[in-house]
Amino acid sequence: MSIIEGRNTARGTVAAWVYLLPALIIISVFVFYPLIMAFRMSMYESYNFYKNVGTGFGFASFKRVLCDSDFHIAVKNTLFLSFVAMPVSIIISLVIALLISSIKKFQALFQTFFFLPYVTSVIAVGIVFRWLFHSNYGLINYFLGLFHIHPVAWLNNPKTTIYALAIYYIWGNLAFNTIILLVGVQNIPKMYYNAARVDGAKWGKIIFRITLPQLSPTIIFLTIVGFIASFKVYNEVYALFGDLGGAANSAYTIVFYIYRTFYGAGRMHIAAAAAVILFVAILCITIIQMLVSKKFVHYK
Amino acid sequence: MEIRLENIQKKFSSVVAVHDMNIRIKDGSLTGLLGPSGCGKSTTLFMIAGLYAPTAGNIFFGDEAVTLLPPEKRGIGLVFQNYALYPHMTVLKNILFPLENMKIPKKEALKMAEEMADIVQIRDLLDRKPSQLSGGQQQRVAIARALVKKARVLLLDEPLSNLDARLRLETREEIRRIQKETGITTIYVTHDQEEAMSITDDIVLMDKGWIQQQDSPQQMYLNPGNQFTAEFLGNPPVNIIDGKITDSVLVVCGEKLCGFDGVEDQPVVVGIRPEAVLIGNGDIKASVRLIEIVGKDKIISLDLKGCLIRAIVSLDYDCNVEELLSFSVKHSGVFLFDKTTGARIKGFAS
Ligand SMILES: Nc1ncnc2c1ncn2[C@@H]1O[C@H](COP(=O)(O)OP(=O)(O)OP(=O)(O)O)[C@@H](O)[C@H]1O
Ligand SMILES: [Mg+2]
Repeated sequence: MSIIEGRNTARGTVAAWVYLLPALIIISVFVFYPLIMAFRMSMYESYNFYKNVGTGFGFASFKRVLCDSDFHIAVKNTLFLSFVAMPVSIIISLVIALLISSIKKFQALFQTFFFLPYVTSVIAVGIVFRWLFHSNYGLINYFLGLFHIHPVAWLNNPKTTIYALAIYYIWGNLAFNTIILLVGVQNIPKMYYNAARVDGAKWGKIIFRITLPQLSPTIIFLTIVGFIASFKVYNEVYALFGDLGGAANSAYTIVFYIYRTFYGAGRMHIAAAAAVILFVAILCITIIQMLVSKKFVHYK
Repeated sequence: MEIRLENIQKKFSSVVAVHDMNIRIKDGSLTGLLGPSGCGKSTTLFMIAGLYAPTAGNIFFGDEAVTLLPPEKRGIGLVFQNYALYPHMTVLKNILFPLENMKIPKKEALKMAEEMADIVQIRDLLDRKPSQLSGGQQQRVAIARALVKKARVLLLDEPLSNLDARLRLETREEIRRIQKETGITTIYVTHDQEEAMSITDDIVLMDKGWIQQQDSPQQMYLNPGNQFTAEFLGNPPVNIIDGKITDSVLVVCGEKLCGFDGVEDQPVVVGIRPEAVLIGNGDIKASVRLIEIVGKDKIISLDLKGCLIRAIVSLDYDCNVEELLSFSVKHSGVFLFDKTTGARIKGFAS
């Protein structure tokens, strides 16, 4: 009774905990325990994964990570994806969504068409992209060739690997972003457009003063999700460059760095320290984003 | 600004929403566009606004043909069925938006917006978002936004449909006041006959995309052009019964009701206004079937040899069910209609 009535009685509280117990057990085993272990691991100066024993206690691993030049590359690349590739992907998606929503015929067809990449495996698409980026036979270089631009060794030149990764990442996000934005655009009541036309607003003004503000909750949602996802990019690196992470580790992202340090180099406590750093970074960014978005977004 | 529609038609793929429409709306008048749901009122209004292009016909504002002009060039203000205030802008920004598009300097625009806010009495709400306003306040903001650009014509699409009964009464008076104060030619769409009757100068009545009649509210009520008009106006509604004319006398259910000169012998549809049934005054006999009390009135349903006729009397009139009453009908409240076309058949009292 007390639960149904929503009162905070002792019996009600106990019953609530009992109902939550199965979920809590599963979350504890698979989320909290690994999290705590990772924190513990990161505090050792050396650590044996198989025996689960470590020696020394302090911030030495964090220092190692922060001084590692591979980690610097990883941070730089990850930030590039978050601050350049992710916004670019949302902007392109926005344009596509606006275009699709303005065509009358075959709209459903285009919608399906743009959703296809989303249901395709990242790895499979990666293979296709490897071919697209191929320095001799790739389609991208072929097109550049049409404009008399010398072929670029996209995947082998440490200077260009990040661009290849970014292009692949943008393409991979297009489907999801476009579909979500398209739904957002279609959900804007038509009467606002009619009102704006009566009020004499031109096309561009309607987009910036009506459509975008109405879409702002959707855009913020995609930015937050995209931001966190961009911090966790790993599949894409693996799909394009394989196990090694590009020429001279130039395509490392933070998660790929963690992966390499964990498996490749077997320095689990260093990887754990990097993971903790990533965790804290994502946490901070999310909090900041929430605070900022409250100011600018129009929620109904 | 006088508005004229000439042979206006609007087709949506297969549906014809408006058929061959010819109307003239007087300069400075408040004209009601009345009709049941789905009869094409909004469609007509949107064609006048320029949001829909008519399939055929021409629209004139004064002498100027505006059929091909886009909405912003027509000088109209439009209040939508559910206001369509931009939810992400404050009231002030909403009112400023049309001025912004006309590239009016900020200072001047602000002055115009504030003047308008005074007219519709929302001066203290300017910093709020539409979601923080009541229905009536939103409606006034919508009117302010429609009028602020010095519109020549104000178009209102069922502006009161979202308000409760009391507020509806207040607000329609308010609209009347604003219209009189600004003198702007106004078209007021509604499906509520009472609303149209109480505030408009002129009513255009529509049904299924066809114009039924255009007249002043009083004329339309007293002198309906066809059966639809008679039935649509008036509450309680007009009594509709089958009858026939024999030797210039209207016969309903075997009883002679009243004389009709100048009408040939024929079967007709009879419309009798409830207030034209004069109880206790005459020699037609009928028994009371039902008594309803509606506000300050009493509605008595009389059983005239199987035909039901509603009469309206004042609340203090005493009678009982099954009681036999005598009555007569007032000739001016009895209308004859053609059985097939529903067109009015006129005759004289005799
Ligand atoms: N965009 C459209 N496409 C197709 N048919 C439409 C469209 N708009 C309106 N119609 C049709 O045209 C007819 C008239 O519609 P309209 O909206 O003008 O009615 P209304 O008199 O305003 O009704 P209401 O009082 O319910 O608002 C209806 O049968 C409607 O289904
Ligand atoms: Mg309508």
